[in-house]
Amino acid sequence: MKTYILKRILISLLIVFLVSLFSFSLLQIMPGDPARLALGFEASEEDVQALREEMNLDKPILTQYFLWLRNLFQGDLGQSVIYKRPVADMIAERLPRTVNLGVFSLILGIPIGIVCGVICAIKRGKIADQGITFFMTLIMGMPVFWLGILGILVFAVQLELLPIQGYTPPTKDFGDFVYHAILPVSCIFLGMSASICRQTRTNVLDSINQDYIRTARANGLPEGSVVYKHALKNALIPVITIIGMQVRVVIGGSLLVEQLFNIPGLGTLLTTALNNRDYMIVQNCTLLIALFTVVANLAVDIAYGFIDPRIRITRR
Amino acid sequence: MSEITEKDLTLDEMIAQQEKERRRASRKQFWRVFLGRGFLSKACFAFLILFAFVAIFGPLLTPYSPYEQSLTEALAGPSLAHPLGMDSLGRDLLTRTIYGARISFCTGLLSSMFALVVGSVLGLIAGYSGGFVSGLIMRAVDAQLSIPGLILTMCLVAIFGGSILSVSVIIGISALPSYVRMLYGQVLSLRENDYVAAANLIGQNKFEIMLKHLLPNAFPTLIVMFTGSVGAAVMIESGLAYLGIGITAPTPAWGTMISEGYTVLMFKPLPAIVPGVALMLLIITLNIIGDGLRDALDPRLRGKL
Amino acid sequence: MGEKLLEVKNLKTSFFTVAGEVKAVDGVSFYVDKQEIIAIVGESGCGKSVTQMSMVKLIQSPPGKILGGEVWLDGKNILEYDAKSPQMQAVRGAGISFIFQEPMTALNPVYTVGNQLTEVIRKHKKCSRKEAWELGVQALRDVAIPEPERRMENYPFELSGGMRQRILIAIAVACNSKLIVADEPTTALDVTIQAQVMELLQGIVEEKKTSLIIVTHNLGLVTRHTKRIYVMYAGKIIESGTTEELITRPRHPYTIGLLNSVPKLEEKKGDQLVPIEGAPPSLVHLPDTCTFLPRCPYACDKCRSSPYPALRKTEGEEHYVACHLDLEGRT
Repeated sequence: MKTYILKRILISLLIVFLVSLFSFSLLQIMPGDPARLALGFEASEEDVQALREEMNLDKPILTQYFLWLRNLFQGDLGQSVIYKRPVADMIAERLPRTVNLGVFSLILGIPIGIVCGVICAIKRGKIADQGITFFMTLIMGMPVFWLGILGILVFAVQLELLPIQGYTPPTKDFGDFVYHAILPVSCIFLGMSASICRQTRTNVLDSINQDYIRTARANGLPEGSVVYKHALKNALIPVITIIGMQVRVVIGGSLLVEQLFNIPGLGTLLTTALNNRDYMIVQNCTLLIALFTVVANLAVDIAYGFIDPRIRITRR
Repeated sequence: MSEITEKDLTLDEMIAQQEKERRRASRKQFWRVFLGRGFLSKACFAFLILFAFVAIFGPLLTPYSPYEQSLTEALAGPSLAHPLGMDSLGRDLLTRTIYGARISFCTGLLSSMFALVVGSVLGLIAGYSGGFVSGLIMRAVDAQLSIPGLILTMCLVAIFGGSILSVSVIIGISALPSYVRMLYGQVLSLRENDYVAAANLIGQNKFEIMLKHLLPNAFPTLIVMFTGSVGAAVMIESGLAYLGIGITAPTPAWGTMISEGYTVLMFKPLPAIVPGVALMLLIITLNIIGDGLRDALDPRLRGKL
Repeated sequence: MGEKLLEVKNLKTSFFTVAGEVKAVDGVSFYVDKQEIIAIVGESGCGKSVTQMSMVKLIQSPPGKILGGEVWLDGKNILEYDAKSPQMQAVRGAGISFIFQEPMTALNPVYTVGNQLTEVIRKHKKCSRKEAWELGVQALRDVAIPEPERRMENYPFELSGGMRQRILIAIAVACNSKLIVADEPTTALDVTIQAQVMELLQGIVEEKKTSLIIVTHNLGLVTRHTKRIYVMYAGKIIESGTTEELITRPRHPYTIGLLNSVPKLEEKKGDQLVPIEGAPPSLVHLPDTCTFLPRCPYACDKCRSSPYPALRKTEGEEHYVACHLDLEGRT
């Protein structure tokens, strides 16, 4: 178990290293000179050169990389060339909004997905299975923003129940937060539920066909124990790994949802930064997002190790 | 020496014979299961053909150009001349939607083909070489998976531009991991097989053996993954277009059209709804066909779903 | 002759697949006396396992369906019980218990041995958790597992295949069921352990006064232990009789073939094992004639023109055979 955790951590560190290389190289291969872009085309060559030196752009690539890393560890994420503000401040300001949306999506999406999947598997072929499967197929076929537009059309424009856009922090007014967040959160979590439901359904059905289920039945165990004790635990252990992957889905989804509902979060920051060629933001946002995913996956892997006895108890 | 080649041939022939018979039987089974799945599968199959037809012959089906504006008719409702009405700049909505099918189809297919070929090769190399190279490829795949597909494609499209080809390749890159992992796993499990060890002893080229035994094994899964990744690619492409990164107005991509249509959603929902429904139908169709293929091709799941 | 414990009459089970109806069990009848060991022998896919599973309705439906027959256990026709009814659950495990052939996968990987063993005991016996635990330890001791207390805490993946098979046997005997069905109990095990497991099973039958059905494809393995043998082919019983009668005077060409393909100890140099040519038929479109006809070395015109031969009694003790020919002593 210790070696398992250690191995996971080492692999995660390696992944973070590879991602940092990717984020770093973004700035290098992006078209245009960041310093020139920052100062505009009217700026004099001397000013641009001065800024290049300030941004370390004149140094060898390896030095640039290590300087960037050193600054990261010191919490210095550089300056936004468009907003003339420290990137760290901008991210700190917007991060909570995205995190709030994401956390609520995960809290809703995972249990709903699992429960639906289990219901589908147990009632296989029955009306409940067909209904849920149909609904989930529909959801999986809709891009997040299209789901959001449908939601706006029905609940905001036609029924006038929910707002079209906006965001209130939950710490300020929780009721208002919920009021504004219902649609965006639904857009993210429904898609997530659909894929978890699908996976759970397959896993449970798979596990019901295993030999140990036959043993349990042949030993006269009641159907309830066969399904809920013997089949479910085996089926749900692999589902845990999918939950790790969901952080990625949530972030990708929130990017679109923030744009649609005009929520000033990390996603909108990244989108505008890309459109404005504000590379410092792009570089650091991608690294941050990747870090989130890696940490979440690491946590899930470790939890998996604790839950699955085959990993928890290693003979050596 | 001659004895060895003779043996080697018979072993090969035997395997080939068995494979052939098995495949003939399973091909029959395949169509039975695939078409036996009822109305939905058949309808989706028909839908896909319709979409492909529209994408290929689009320009012949409509007298208008997707860029031609007629501001006086902006946001006009459906009429005989314009069955679905006009968008906010007075362009024929149906025409733009038809051209949108072209873009979605092109990027979907191109990117999936790219991912299929490059991903398979990388997966084969990773599984075959082992050691450092394999570790590097697999960790790079892990690293790529830690960045959401949409964000990765956004960044790359911002760098390399938004032509259909570059968007396709970039979406293809984002679809690589699943192919690499699948083939990597296949190679690993195949290595354990006795007949590969046997063929190895006889002195056949290792890589050749791998390809000969591996591809028939991996083929069904590859087809299923391919259909799935076409759907995923269409979805990412629409996301890029919606955000206006790489694919920008006035290109008649469905994502762009939805984003434009959203501005008038409150009083004129049609310009957003038409491309949205087309997009949704295409993805659902691809997903359902993918499911049907999986049921028909994967004996392990046959009859279960 | 003892008292009948189980009597199966004309059992029929089919699977309905896309390719058509598969008659896996087609009118099978047999019986087991109290404290008797019998064997059901046949190639894989001949329906011998499905027969056993059908008795307690463990057939997955769809695609499987039990089409008819009676299964009398201790004076009750258990085939009348619903597959999910409490009565049927009481039969499974306490009336008839099963030992399956895949020791590696037949135990749930995520629960400890103790957990799985006590759950079954508590289902069939009214007792406390602690008593069930002790009964479980005792059951492990009965099947000669060393350090049973420690084994109770282990997960299946921590144990060897032979050990797991013993645990499956322990679960089967823990509730003192009247009949144990061992489905290929030794197939996945090493040859040395196979004999041990067979000795163990025989010991359990004597000690616990149960009956035992051994389902196997390995005729050589069972002859030492069984009193009677049924031979199955393509969903039907084609020959049955006492063990001695069957191996000394087999009458069905298939049984003769089976016997010829078993290695013998007293084999002389130069003797060859004679395999049965061909493969078992697909059960989807069976001909009306004898199902063994395509592989039969003795096939004649009568066989080709006559319908499937019914089981008929021969002079031998309890010896029945389904063959048009009289092939006595042609080994």
